[in-house]
Amino acid sequence: MTGEMDREIAVVAFGQSDTLRGTAEHSEVEMLMPVLHDVLERTGLKTADIGFTCSGSSDYLAGRAFSFTLALDGVGAWPPISESHVEMDGAWALYEAWTKLLTGDADTALVYSYGKSSPGSVRDVLTRQLDPYYLAPLWPDSVALAALQAQALIDAGDTDEPALAGIAARSRADGAGNPHAQLRGPVPHGDYLVRPLRTGDCPPIGDGAAAVVLAAGERARELCERPAWIRGIDHRIEAHALGVRDLTDSPSTRLAAEKAGAFARPVDTAELHAPFTSQEVVLRKALRLGDDVRVNPSGGALAANPIMAAGLIRIGEAATAVHRGESDRVLAHATSGPCLQQNLVAVLEGDPR
Amino acid sequence: MPEVLTAPLVVEFPFTRSLGPVQSAFLTGLRERVVLGVAAADGRTLVPPVEYDPVTAEELRDLVEVAPTGTVTTWAWNHEPRRGQPLGTPFAWVLVRLDGADTALLHALDVPAPEAVRTGMRVRIRWAGERTGAITDIACFEPYDGEPVPPGGSDGAFEDKVAGIVAHARLDYTYSPGRAQSAYIAALSGRRTVGERCPSCRKVYVPPRGACPTCGVATTEQVEVGPAGTVTTFCIVNIKAKNLDIDVPYVYAHIALDGADLALHGRIGGIPYDQVRMGLRVEPVWTDGGRYPDHYRPTGEPDADYETYKELL
Repeated sequence: MTGEMDREIAVVAFGQSDTLRGTAEHSEVEMLMPVLHDVLERTGLKTADIGFTCSGSSDYLAGRAFSFTLALDGVGAWPPISESHVEMDGAWALYEAWTKLLTGDADTALVYSYGKSSPGSVRDVLTRQLDPYYLAPLWPDSVALAALQAQALIDAGDTDEPALAGIAARSRADGAGNPHAQLRGPVPHGDYLVRPLRTGDCPPIGDGAAAVVLAAGERARELCERPAWIRGIDHRIEAHALGVRDLTDSPSTRLAAEKAGAFARPVDTAELHAPFTSQEVVLRKALRLGDDVRVNPSGGALAANPIMAAGLIRIGEAATAVHRGESDRVLAHATSGPCLQQNLVAVLEGDPR
Repeated sequence: MPEVLTAPLVVEFPFTRSLGPVQSAFLTGLRERVVLGVAAADGRTLVPPVEYDPVTAEELRDLVEVAPTGTVTTWAWNHEPRRGQPLGTPFAWVLVRLDGADTALLHALDVPAPEAVRTGMRVRIRWAGERTGAITDIACFEPYDGEPVPPGGSDGAFEDKVAGIVAHARLDYTYSPGRAQSAYIAALSGRRTVGERCPSCRKVYVPPRGACPTCGVATTEQVEVGPAGTVTTFCIVNIKAKNLDIDVPYVYAHIALDGADLALHGRIGGIPYDQVRMGLRVEPVWTDGGRYPDHYRPTGEPDADYETYKELL
């Protein structure tokens, strides 16, 4: 650490695949490569120009050990590159890359993540992330745990089923404007999957990939007309045991937002990683988002939820709004674990116009 | 392009996990129909108990028995139980705060319909008939409108404490190898080995994985290689692998098929193990119905010159 800690770091490019219900015709690296090429093309960078590469994925989704090593073929990892991987959503890979750039060890970073949920039963697969002593032996699936949280919110008077249906409808309507979304336009709110959550309250199951290029200081200005500067980024975790937590609140989100400087000035747009409608209610409360803030203009995770990439996509979508001049100050959020256990918040800004 | 290949893939694993002293006491207690909590630093009684304080991370050791009765703090109606879940009939997932506890435990509640559940309802533990020291020793919860059952005074000192659990897991997948590997496998079914050439560096990868790891671009041009090749390096296997019907010692080798820029690996047969050498020329041996070469055997050609394969080591 040599006085580099005040470096400015920005998202300078973002790319994503379409999120699809099935991608059997492509391996993971085949799904990922066009996205990597997309962000490199946008910046004019070549693989060899990238200072640090960091990825996020989970072997449990595809059922294959060390699946991320095969995906590395897509970045041209030979001769050996400076590289790291997190078994987490790509938003956390971005966090690692951001710290790497802060140290001054690199000026550019490629961050990518991908997930194929189609090979397995993702509701069951996600039970394997739970405490193996008290929870995993009961196989409580991801929808069931989200439904317990939704009922707690309803009991607390924070929401009701029509309000949740409204969040679903707004998200899918916004998804119509997102060419990469899986659900684009109205979908029936459907029957209960696990009451009180209906199929419409739950994210579509899909495969997808996303990539971001980060750059520091002047390098960022060279690579992007209007860089999305990361003004703050932080992530916090809560107790794993659901019964210890107040499921109607997300103190970890609030704390991460505080540390990221989110409350210093209002944001105009927020991309929230809320796979279930009820989780948007929790996040809006924790982040104190008013009605004047655009929430998930991309449609959010309710329109496309490629697991392991959906959080990074939130950061990418928020940054893109800055790149395009549609936003000046945006908040991006990513989550991991059951019922919003772990949360990351980033605040991005464009240069004044 | 050949049809997309898929195959069932079952990932099954029993995790053998050891328990900390608090978990051990709790799970042993369940076996004895006793529910233990642990006193946290802030005075709360945590059920299920944990080894370390969720706020301060202090080591927690003060066990306290709580009642087998409690109150539902939230619920969700599961009309389609899934494999491995506590009940095979529709049930409610519940978080239950047991009497004497300050936190809630996740489990199933056996009621016939969602109308029979509400937050705040009183429930009690239904114990499993056979108990082994696991969370499933609680079969489920059931409605209870009687008086609170006072807890006993257990301090967690049991005979024959459980020291670990075996957590079985099974996940079912439909595996698909993707475009490049599907083409490779499809060609193998015709006893041909087909690699792919990188459009940038021109290297031919066998088996192909769809991308050139040096250039980071898609490989698309299919190139038939072999069938013969050269042993680039090898090892002598002296330990018999489980379920493998091959006598030891045998030779496992890296084989650069003619036209390939990457060696694949296979067993060498048809020659005494101590006569296998670098540069040995080999060809595949197929067995009836085999979907890939069973092994490679010498072709009888003169050995390849080191210069011809030194880049493929």
